[in-house]
Formats: sequence, C-alpha cells, structure tokens
Amino acid sequence: MGEAFAYLLDGDSWSGSNGLGQQLVQQVLLTVVSLAVATVLSLPVALWLGHIGKGGAIAINISNIGRAIPVFAVLVLLSVGPVGTDVLGPFGRAGAATLISLVLFALPPIITNAYVGVRGVDPEIVEAARGMGMAERRIFTRVEWPLALPLVLTGLRLALVQVWATATIAALVAGPGLGNTITNGFANSRIDQVTAGAILVAVVALLLEGAAFAAERLVDPMRASRRANRHSQRTPSVPTVEPIV
Amino acid sequence: MTLAAGGSTFSASGPPCYSALVNDWICPAYVSDRRTEIADALLEHVLITLAAVALGFVLALPLALVARRYTAVESAIVAATTIIYTVPSLALFALLVNITALSPWTVIIGLALYTLTILVRNMLAGLRDVPADVKESAVGLGYGPGRLLLRVELPLALPVIMAGLRVATVSTVALTTVGTLVAYGGLGDLLSNGIRTDFKAQILTASVLCVALAVVFDALLMGTQRVLTPWARGRK
Repeated sequence: MGEAFAYLLDGDSWSGSNGLGQQLVQQVLLTVVSLAVATVLSLPVALWLGHIGKGGAIAINISNIGRAIPVFAVLVLLSVGPVGTDVLGPFGRAGAATLISLVLFALPPIITNAYVGVRGVDPEIVEAARGMGMAERRIFTRVEWPLALPLVLTGLRLALVQVWATATIAALVAGPGLGNTITNGFANSRIDQVTAGAILVAVVALLLEGAAFAAERLVDPMRASRRANRHSQRTPSVPTVEPIV
Repeated sequence: MTLAAGGSTFSASGPPCYSALVNDWICPAYVSDRRTEIADALLEHVLITLAAVALGFVLALPLALVARRYTAVESAIVAATTIIYTVPSLALFALLVNITALSPWTVIIGLALYTLTILVRNMLAGLRDVPADVKESAVGLGYGPGRLLLRVELPLALPVIMAGLRVATVSTVALTTVGTLVAYGGLGDLLSNGIRTDFKAQILTASVLCVALAVVFDALLMGTQRVLTPWARGRK
C-alpha cells in the first residue's frame, strides 16, 4: 500500500501520453459526455411515458435486461465488431466503442427511475390539480416533475456510478481511461501501479457519488417540508428502485 | 456477401468458419470443436458466481439481523455497503489482489461484497414487513427468538429476500466476466482471449452463453421461490 501512495505522489506517474493525468481527463470526459447524451436521449421519453402511464413494462424491464448483459461483453463485441478501435479525438483508442457502451449502460437506471418517479405520484394529487383546472402541461411541470425529481436524480446518480465503472473496464479492450494503469500494472507485474490505479479510480468514484448525493439533497424541492415534519410524523419515503451495477 | 455464399462449399473441405481466414461471428463448428474449452469456462463461471452469491448471502444475513436490532448500526452497514458498491469492479479486484493474490478468491470475495448492497437491504425490508400481530401470536404461542426467526419471520420475508437474491445473482453472472483481470473470469477469459486474437465466434459464443446463464439462474431462483412458498401460490 505504501508503494502505491508513492506511485500516486510521483509526478512522473501523472505526466506523459499515457500517464494518470491524461487517463483521468479521458475518463472524466467520457463519463460526462456519455451521461449527458444518455440523459438527453432517454429522460424526456421516460418522463412522458410516466405522465401518460404507458410503456411501464419496458421502462421497468430495461433495468432487468441491463443487469443481465455483461459490460465487458458489449465492449468486446463493439470494438471487435463494426465500431472498431480507432482513436476518437480526446476519447482515445476505442473511443467510439467505449462511448456507445457507456451510453447504453447509463440508459436503464435513468429510464426506470424517471418512469417510476412520475408514475408513482399520488393519482389523487394529479386529480386535484386537474380539478383545479390545470392544463396537462402545467400538471406535469408544476406537480409531477417536482414530486418525481428525487427519484429522477437517484436514477442519474446510479447512471453516473455505472458509467464510471464501465469506463474503467474499457481498459480490458485496450480502450481509454484509468483502467489502463491497472491493466498495465498487471502486464508489468507492478503491484504498486495496480494498487495506485485502483485507489485513484475508487476515490474519484466516491467523490462523484458524494457530489451527486449532495446535489440530490440540494435540488430536492420537498426537502424543506420533509425536514419540517420529520419529528411530527415519519413520512413514507418514495419507493427507490436501485439497480445494481 | 459473395465470400459468404461461396463459404459453404469452401468450408466442407477447406478451413472451418472460425479460422482466421473466415472468422464468422456465428459458427457452430467452433462450438462443437472447442466444446471442452467452452464447458470449462462455463463451469468456472458457474462456480465463481455460486461461491460469490453464497458467501454474500452468508455475510448479509447476520449483518441484516444486527442492523435490524440496532438502528445506529443499520445506517453504518447500509452506508458501508453503498460505498463498496460505488467502487468499480476492476478497481475492487485490483485492490483485493493485495490480500488474495491472483486466485479465484479475488473475484469471489469482490463479487460477494457487491451482493451485500442489495441482499442486506432486501433482508431488512423483508423482515420489517412481517406483520406485528403475526409475530405477537407466535410469541404468544411460546416461540423463542430463534424459532420465531426461522419458522415465522424468514419464511414470510422470503419473497422479498428472493427478489434481492435474483437481482444479486443476475448481476454477479455479468460481473464475473471482469474477473478476467486476474485470469479468473470464466466466460470473460474467453472474451479477453477472443479480443487478443480477433476471434469473433468465440466472442459471440461467450457473450450469448453469459446472458443465457443469467436467464437460467433467474428462472431457477424463481422456481425455488415457488417451491419454498407454497402458500403464495393459491393467491393472485
């Protein structure tokens, strides 16, 4: 362990064309871009399906399907298959295959949680809003969206964790990212390098999760009211759907 | 396309569809010629998955029971399992190598730790959902805490626990492939070997087998649950 920290503190480990610095930037870039793409592609559809109450079987089963499919297999199939392993700008070798895999594995938690979030809003509240003469659009923006937001954010946080983990595995197909420090360490029998890479990957994962968790708390519009009546009653929490990575 | 059309006459005497020259994705000849190798990888995959889920289950039960008893411990245990779950598999295996060296245990222990997240949560939720009056009746009938747990609480919590077990098992099957980092990845070893040698038939076969294995495990667990909870069958 001590040697691993020495490796992390050594400036030479960070510099160079395949140093920790470049790999870290690559992996953060991959994570941010694929999460953004997955969100833009799936969140509006999932919210809309939740609003009209259709497609629930797909929205929920997509998480079950995603769980059964190995990330590594998808990376291998894409990079050996049609997508190939060409360098894609700042994303590095096999950048396209990695990006596509990351987006695919970010979709299930986003879709399932957004759908369940909107669908799970108490129908009586929606009826009350309708009775007050709210238009469908307003019902969604002023009633369903705020109530669904905690679960939507949980989905995004889970997707973030999933994407970061998947980006690490990309090194197994000689793709980009910090996993390379781990696989190179194994190839060169350098356990200090292996451990250093693992520590860095784990620490950044925890920081991302922590930041996402804090953002979730901060953005949740119901937080103030939940805190206010915490002592008066135990508010039933929203049912969480937590697909495992 | 012309190559593929001519392939049938070619393959009768010439190189098989999995040779580097042809390198088809779908190749029955590969499956029959290399069946021993495939079976070995599949067996390793099954053993690692079973060992990991069994170890996870054995660890999760006492954790859930302690967490149920002491609320302060509960949040600590749930937080700890969430933190482990956040660490990517590749990094977790790499860290465990410091303790377990290059052995199947690196993969088994790592995957077992991941199952704790879902297993502990579902065990807690299942035990909490047991109606208080049912427990009271059992106590009134003279059930001690041990018998209450084994004969009343666990059977009633079984559907929720089994749901957790199914999720844990299916994701463990998929994650076992990453064990190829330490050369114990079951079907994952066929995948990483396939990428090194650009071996398409091997890659597709291993991928399909891995998903099929997850589906089979899921169905088996669903069947087990039906057998273990005969009282739930009449309903619905």
